[in-house]
Formats: sequence, C-alpha cells, structure tokens
Amino acid sequence: MKKILRHRMFWPVIALLALIVLNTIARPSFISITVQNGQLYGALIDILRNSAPLMLVSLGMMIVIATRGIDLSVGAIMAVSGAVALTIIADSPSPDDLGTVLVAILVGVLVSLLLGIWNGFLVAVVGVQPIIATLVLMLAGRGVALLITGGFITTINSAPYKFMAQGYVIGLPFAFFVSIAAIVIVALIERRTALGVLTEAVGINPEASRLAGVRARGIIWGAYAASGVLAGFAGILYTSNIMAADANAAGLYIELYAILAVVLGGTSLAGGKFTVAGTVVGVFTIETLRSTILFLGVPSAVAPLFLAIVVVIVVLVQSQRLRGAVAKLAQALRPKKPEVAR
Amino acid sequence: MTSVPVTTEKAPTGVVRRFLSRRASWVPVFAAVVLLVVIFAAAQAYFGNILTPRVISALLLDNAYLFILAVGMTFVILTGGIDLSVGAVMAFTGMFGASLMRDGMPSAAVVPIMLLLGAAFGLAIGVLVQYFDVQPFIASLAAMFAARGLAFMVSLDSIKVEDGAILWLQSTRLQAGVGSWYITPTGIIALLVVLVGALVLAFTRFGRTIYAIGGSEQSARLMGLPVVRTKLLAYVVSGVCAGLAGVVFTAYTGASYPLNGIGTELDTIAAVVIGGTLLTGGSGYVVGSMIGVFVYGTIKTVISFLGADQSWTRISIGALLLMFVVVQRVIVARSNRR
Repeated sequence: MKKILRHRMFWPVIALLALIVLNTIARPSFISITVQNGQLYGALIDILRNSAPLMLVSLGMMIVIATRGIDLSVGAIMAVSGAVALTIIADSPSPDDLGTVLVAILVGVLVSLLLGIWNGFLVAVVGVQPIIATLVLMLAGRGVALLITGGFITTINSAPYKFMAQGYVIGLPFAFFVSIAAIVIVALIERRTALGVLTEAVGINPEASRLAGVRARGIIWGAYAASGVLAGFAGILYTSNIMAADANAAGLYIELYAILAVVLGGTSLAGGKFTVAGTVVGVFTIETLRSTILFLGVPSAVAPLFLAIVVVIVVLVQSQRLRGAVAKLAQALRPKKPEVAR
Repeated sequence: MTSVPVTTEKAPTGVVRRFLSRRASWVPVFAAVVLLVVIFAAAQAYFGNILTPRVISALLLDNAYLFILAVGMTFVILTGGIDLSVGAVMAFTGMFGASLMRDGMPSAAVVPIMLLLGAAFGLAIGVLVQYFDVQPFIASLAAMFAARGLAFMVSLDSIKVEDGAILWLQSTRLQAGVGSWYITPTGIIALLVVLVGALVLAFTRFGRTIYAIGGSEQSARLMGLPVVRTKLLAYVVSGVCAGLAGVVFTAYTGASYPLNGIGTELDTIAAVVIGGTLLTGGSGYVVGSMIGVFVYGTIKTVISFLGADQSWTRISIGALLLMFVVVQRVIVARSNRR
C-alpha cells in the first residue's frame, strides 16, 4: 500500500479518477458510451478525440522540458503548419485527392521540423536561454502564419483531410489512434533505447553529462526538432477538426496547457527525469477538466481561472515546504489521537 | 589593467574602447539607442514626416502603459525572475476598476484599489516563488490565467468609463514649446514611473540588493542581504505597475475590455530585452527598457505608416529580439573570457 502511495504516478492518476467520478456524479451521462452505426459516442470518447493535438504537443514539450528547456513556440508552429497545409489544399485543383492531402501534410510537418531545428539551433548552438529562444518564434510565428493565409481564415473542403480529426476507425476516432501512435513512438524511442536516459542525463546536469561523453548539443537540438514535428502534426489535426486555418486562434495558449500537462504528470520543470505515462495522464486530466468546465456552464472565457487554481494546487502539492508542513502536522496529530478517543 | 591582445577585431579608437570597457553593462543600452536612431533616420528618409512633434508625442501617448509595465518587468527580470501576468493583471484591474466606477464609486477611491489589486497579484507570485520554490515562469503563468479568468468574470463585455478624472488623464493635451508638441497626464505618469524606477534601482538599498540578487542569489544571501523581502518586493513592484498600467490603459481606451493586453507580457519582455537587460538577471537599466519601448512603438508606427499588415510588427519585434539576444550572448561570453 505504501509503495502505491509513494509511486510518482499516484497523485496524477488519483486526480484524473477524481475528476471522472465527480463528473459522473454530476451527470451520469458522462460515463455512458453509446454505439451508433458502429461508432462510439459519448463524453469520454470526445475527450479521447479532442485531446489529440494537446497530446502530441505535450509529448514534445515533455522531451524538451526533460533537457531543462521549454518550448513556447508550439502554438505558433501549430498555426504555421496548419496554414501551410490548408493553403496548399486550397490552392490545389483537386482538394479531395488523397495525394494532395498527403503532400500538404508532409509540407506542413516539414516546415514545422525546420522551425523546431531553428529553435534547437538557438538553444543548443548559440546558447540562448530556451524561454527567450522560443519566445522569438512565438512572437514571429503567428505573424508568419497570418502572412501565409493573407490575414484571412482559409477554409477548405477536403474529405481525406477532414477524416483525420473527425473520422472513425473500428469504432474509435482516428485522432485517438494518432495520439496512440505518437505515445508508442515516443515511448519506444525514449525508453527502449538509451536516448531517454541520455536526455535525462543532459537535463540533470548538462556539464557533467558532457564531460561523461554525452553529446548534449545533439540531444538538445533533437528535442526541439521533435517538439516542432509533433506540434506540426498537432496543427494539422487542429485545422482538420475545424477545416479552417485561423492563424490567431490555432493553438492559442496550447504551450501553457502542454507545460501544465507535463507538470501535472509529475515531470519536473527543472529538467531530468520524465515520465511518458504521467504526461498522458496529465493531458487527459486537463481535457477532462476543460470538459467539466464547459459542462458547468462557465463561460469558456472564465475557464483560465479554474486552470490557475489547478496549477496552484499542483505546484503547492509538489513543493517541499508544504509537504514538510503536512508531514509535521500529521506527526503532531498522531499522538493526540488517543486523547480524542477518550 | 592587463592588456589582452585582441587580434580578430578592428581596434576602435582608444577613448571609445576605454569608455566601453568601463561602462560594459551600458553597451546593450547604447546599442538600443543606436538602433532607435537608425530606425528613425531610415523612416525619416523614407517618409519624410516621421520626425514631427505630433508623431513623437503620440509615441509616448500610445505606449504609456507599456512604459509602466516595462519598468515593473525590469525589476523582476533583474532578480532573475520573469512575470508573465502583467498583461492579464492590467486587463483585470482595468475591468474591476471600470465596474466599480460604473457603480458610482469615485475614481479617487477606485485607483488605489486597482493599485492594491495589482500589488496583491505580485505578492501572490512572489510568495509562490520564494516560499514554495515554484519557478517564476509557472507562478506568474498561474497568476496570468487567474487574472484573465477574473477579468471575464467581472464582465464578458467591455465597460465604458465615464468618470471625468480618469478621462482627463487622457484627453488633456498639455501643449509645450513650439509646434505641436504635447504631453498627456498619462505620458507624465509614464515618465515619472521611469524616473522613479531608475532612481530606486540606482540609489536605494533595495535597488542595489536587486542587482546583487540577480548577480548571484547565493552570494547575496551569504552577504546578509534581505533576499526574501527584496524578491517579494520586486514582484509587488511589477504588480503595482501592472495595476497602474490598468488605470492608464483604461484612460487610453475610455473603456475596459477583458481581452485587453493579450500578448502584452511578451511585448513587455521583448522591450526590456531589447533595452539591454540580461534575462539571467543582474544587469540592465530602466532607462534601457524605456528605449526598448520606444523601439517597439516606433516599429509599430512605421508599419502603420507603411500601411503594411500589423502582423509585421510581431515579426520584426521577434527578429529584433533574436538579434539582441544573440548580441547579449556574445557580450556575456566575452566578459566571461576576461
């Protein structure tokens, strides 16, 4: 029992379960899943589907945070990749052609890869602080996306493109499979090769790991590139969901949500150890929370307030001082128990 | 001084070099001034009507809130922290103040309340950072979320301000000198804040402690400086500045809107960095931040003169930020080698 309590995944999972239970009590329909035409519907399925962009971005963010960095530009990269892909489809004579769509996705993701490489170059080679290096792209990226779409919201009609976010495969949303694929790939690369350990080494002590022969520069660079690519795919999914490239709204605040998801999952912002499973749980927690807030009838604009409260609770729970105080309090209370009983 | 042979770069004249080596921390500020002059000169050459009293007076008027925010941000960044909440706090204090005034509260009571609200947000961030070891980035992020949500909670729509005193801050044009030079009370407030900020950082014990913390928090603590109090106070200063910016921005627009100031925190940070403050803390000047805001405002003006899309503002600010960060890296790398 103590082992379970001590496990670092314990609190994130409890938080997610508590949210689901609360939702189910408030509205029993939350947990029910109905089958229509062989496709599953329900609030939980919606969460699985809507969480896909955040899942991709958070996985990238997790790798970057593990190297002691941070990537603020993911939202802007999403906007750029979506804008690029949709502009290609909108300009092509046959938007319904699978080939066109594949080319559009490929180009969008390649552009994102370039942006990620650029971030990595600034951080790993030039040595700029991660917050600032990625802030540059966060500022400029949306402007670039606006230029690509010409300041308008590009809308398209393309069945294959639409399928990515809205289609179903064997009863489950396709976007969910994209999430799963990303999770599996990241987990395999980071946990079944030495890369994950090396990434953690760089995050724990860059200087020591460099002296130990770890190629810190390449690992950090790769982390930002990976984050860029994942954000690119997220941008594609996002635009596929609304079938429009809105350079201002695409991925707005997603960098903050992603950081939050990673921290919720138990990865420290100070770098070093990271957990893929924790991040996955963190993403689902945030998505469930968003669905809860919507259900409560709170105007979506006020939703940040709830997130702020969650952030504060989480960081307080993680802080040493509060844990120490609680432990002391618990010890102070324990001897008193017999007195209460009498 | 030992003479280090410099081989690669072309030797500047002795006077300049001695000046630069003595005032090494001012070099980024000079760079920003040079940049500002270059932008002005280029714009003047291209348009021929940028350097007019009207345009330059408007520069101060349009960016008054940004000057105030940048001063507060400079304090926080000098301690090695960061405050992402300023834009949202500005929006929230503006909304709260406007709603109080709508309900008939006199502005003389509302303005102190707005400043106190800002201070409360700053204090909350400071407590999280100092006592609970939360990273400044995350703590101020939480404050940003909270303030933005609260702003929408006050009202989802904009609130018009009809209070005479608040509108007076904006509508009064104090003519000065020849031509059409003018300054509004908001501009005077902004300049006063810059002046006070600069004096506090340069001459008070609090100000010098901030530099000491930014240089090395460990050393500052070992020297017996009041690290905890000073860091808390730095965030409170930033919060109060955000509250004051709320007042000024409300006066500027004549109404409060909960979406005000989205992205302002990034503009503020960019202006501070362009003004030569190192993000690692310990080096920088409020005057530099003022120059940074001028650079930002000038670029915005030039882009609207060009009739180009305003998205170019963000792109050029991003590019400038990049340039200055790289320059900073080079400066730091060189001073480390010495």
